[in-house]
Amino acid sequence: MSEDANIIEKPSRDDIVSLVKAEFGGKVEFIESTKKNIKAINEGRRLFMKADREVLHDLAKYLHDKLNFEQASSVAGVDWVDHMQVVYHLTNYCTSMVVEITVDIPNDDLHIASVSDIWEGANWHERETYELFGIVFDGHPKLERLLTPKSYEFFPFRKSYKLRGQE
Amino acid sequence: MDMSLYPHAVAMSADEFMSWSSAMINEMLSAGTKRTVDKLTGPVWAWAMRNSMHPLHFGLACCAIEMAAASDTRYDAERVGMIYRSSPRQTDILLINGWISKKLRPDIRRLYEQIPAPKWVVAMGECAISGGPWYDSYNIVQGLDQIVPVDVYIPGCPIKPDAMIDGFMLLQKKIDAYFRRGVFMTD
Amino acid sequence: MAEEKMNSDKMWVTMGPQHPFSHGLWTLRVEVDGEIITDAEPEVGYLHRGWEKECENRTYNKIIPMADRLCYSASMTWSHLFCKVAEEALDIEVPERAQYLRVVADEICRIQSHLMWLAAVGTDVGNLTIFLWALREREFMLDLNVRLCGQRLTTNYPRIGGVRNDMPYYFERDCMRAIERFEKSLWDIIRLTDDSSIFVGRMKGIGYITRKDVANYGITGPAMRGCGVDYDIRRDDPYDAYGEMEFEVPVLKEGDAYSRYMVRIEEMFQSCEIIRQAMKKLESIPKNAPYRLKVPKCIPEGTHMARIEDPRGEGLMYLVSDGTESPYRLKVRSPVFVNVSASKHMVQGVRIADIPAIMAMIDMCLGETDR
Repeated sequence: MSEDANIIEKPSRDDIVSLVKAEFGGKVEFIESTKKNIKAINEGRRLFMKADREVLHDLAKYLHDKLNFEQASSVAGVDWVDHMQVVYHLTNYCTSMVVEITVDIPNDDLHIASVSDIWEGANWHERETYELFGIVFDGHPKLERLLTPKSYEFFPFRKSYKLRGQE
Repeated sequence: MDMSLYPHAVAMSADEFMSWSSAMINEMLSAGTKRTVDKLTGPVWAWAMRNSMHPLHFGLACCAIEMAAASDTRYDAERVGMIYRSSPRQTDILLINGWISKKLRPDIRRLYEQIPAPKWVVAMGECAISGGPWYDSYNIVQGLDQIVPVDVYIPGCPIKPDAMIDGFMLLQKKIDAYFRRGVFMTD
Repeated sequence: MAEEKMNSDKMWVTMGPQHPFSHGLWTLRVEVDGEIITDAEPEVGYLHRGWEKECENRTYNKIIPMADRLCYSASMTWSHLFCKVAEEALDIEVPERAQYLRVVADEICRIQSHLMWLAAVGTDVGNLTIFLWALREREFMLDLNVRLCGQRLTTNYPRIGGVRNDMPYYFERDCMRAIERFEKSLWDIIRLTDDSSIFVGRMKGIGYITRKDVANYGITGPAMRGCGVDYDIRRDDPYDAYGEMEFEVPVLKEGDAYSRYMVRIEEMFQSCEIIRQAMKKLESIPKNAPYRLKVPKCIPEGTHMARIEDPRGEGLMYLVSDGTESPYRLKVRSPVFVNVSASKHMVQGVRIADIPAIMAMIDMCLGETDR
């Protein structure tokens, strides 16, 4: 299962924090959760990070190759009106750890590197985020509309698009 | 049928056959045959057509699961004559059971037009009747009657299989009324 | 080059949105060379309603029945997941009685969903008897749903802070009877499928995925466990009362369609075991213990995430709340969305007639794919 000799199959939470900090320095910031009653957080199975846009692809590759985060669970977009955000959730099967990476993107330059060359599972998630928010993933093999009809030209999930009943 | 009496019928081209048969029909009509035949065969047609409703095998969403449950051993839709067919050319009834998105709208219209007349449309569930819980969606058609003319509406979210069988028995009455007046020689 | 393309024997066949196999509303365009498939392109989106955007227009309580209609076959797990993410946002822990009731309802939902899958598998590969037998067993599980939750299919049972109501009278007796009866009749159904060389022959040896590809494509759930990955969120990342349940997670190494089928059958047996343990535990909790906490209408600001083991795989919800009565953004990660995207790789090299057997093993429920 591990072809790379220095892959760590079961990294503990402190391992991940220290290794990522050593590799990426100030570009990745760890956020501590303030919740007390959640079982998964108390038992150390969640990790929350905030990363810069330039370092995202390298960070994802590092987590996949060295720390055995084999699965990209989801790629989500969020529209904060003055900027956009992409949120990644990555899973490690051996320790059941889920890492959440939040990346901010400015409104005038909606581009971010695609991670679909690292995890094939993120392919359709990125297509969906593109068609609903308009965020372009550079390097994606086929960035087209998936769920909405091909003739649509607007991006439905942006806050500027109002549904019936919203003012 | 003994075709030896009409040797010319067998060797006719399509155009000739059409003009020959319409000439025969006009003779029969003027003699009042149509009314007799209608009176005799109307009830028979009605019985046959209402007891063999063949819906299209088309499952969209939650109500489709209940449509499948209506054909299981407890609710048994086959006792009212329903057998699902896969190809629209072999069905009578278009059964829409779920919300209709704008991507699906041309496909539903095409399926409706592929079903040969006489045909009926049944809208199952709140989503097919009027859009249902998705009243403010940008991608959902608010009701099936915006696309095709609907004959029976079955309310529920999701519908109970008993309600579906009840709806189909209502459709049976409608089919009965259509065929009872006699459709012999109607195109 | 253009002449080569024109004279080739391959052609694209559209297995359109209306098709005889009973799994969902989607299109699979396949490029065939004779009967063998060389390329495939799934097309989804016929059921897209913008669920996540509509959630921003509703209060939290109104989203619970909407979450039921995400995956209508296994509706209890999705409303459970939504309540979990809302409880994580409020940072509360659900009372013990409610945890066990949720486990019982979850497992009944899992059994009922797997039986519907089994019925659809039967129709797809041509064995119409299983359709009737599996749906007959499913009716007994739906009766339990009606007694406990009030509705057959989209149950609307969990609430933020607990469950909607406690068990009705004599529910333990009904549940135990149904489980015992079900275990015996499941053996009958297994004998119908496993002893049938046609059924086994149609499924064995097709739809291979390697263990490495399974993780890369993001496939989760029984499809993943049929390829050798030993991972189940109920055991490895436990939530509610699953930490106290003892059950086995079936894992098979072969990676073809038949092993995925066997995993689901074994999961049904394990679900019965979990329900037994949960009902026994519920007897020891006092009957007037609370089953629902009172929660405020507005959820504090922040970002929250929760996961659950859906009968089809890993479901995940990510909630961004802003202190008002409606969510700011609610993202749903559906397991079938990812499994369907991997279908392109699963159908390479097989015949057209094998497609229903392979796609049946993913157990598609397009409501959660398209949202």
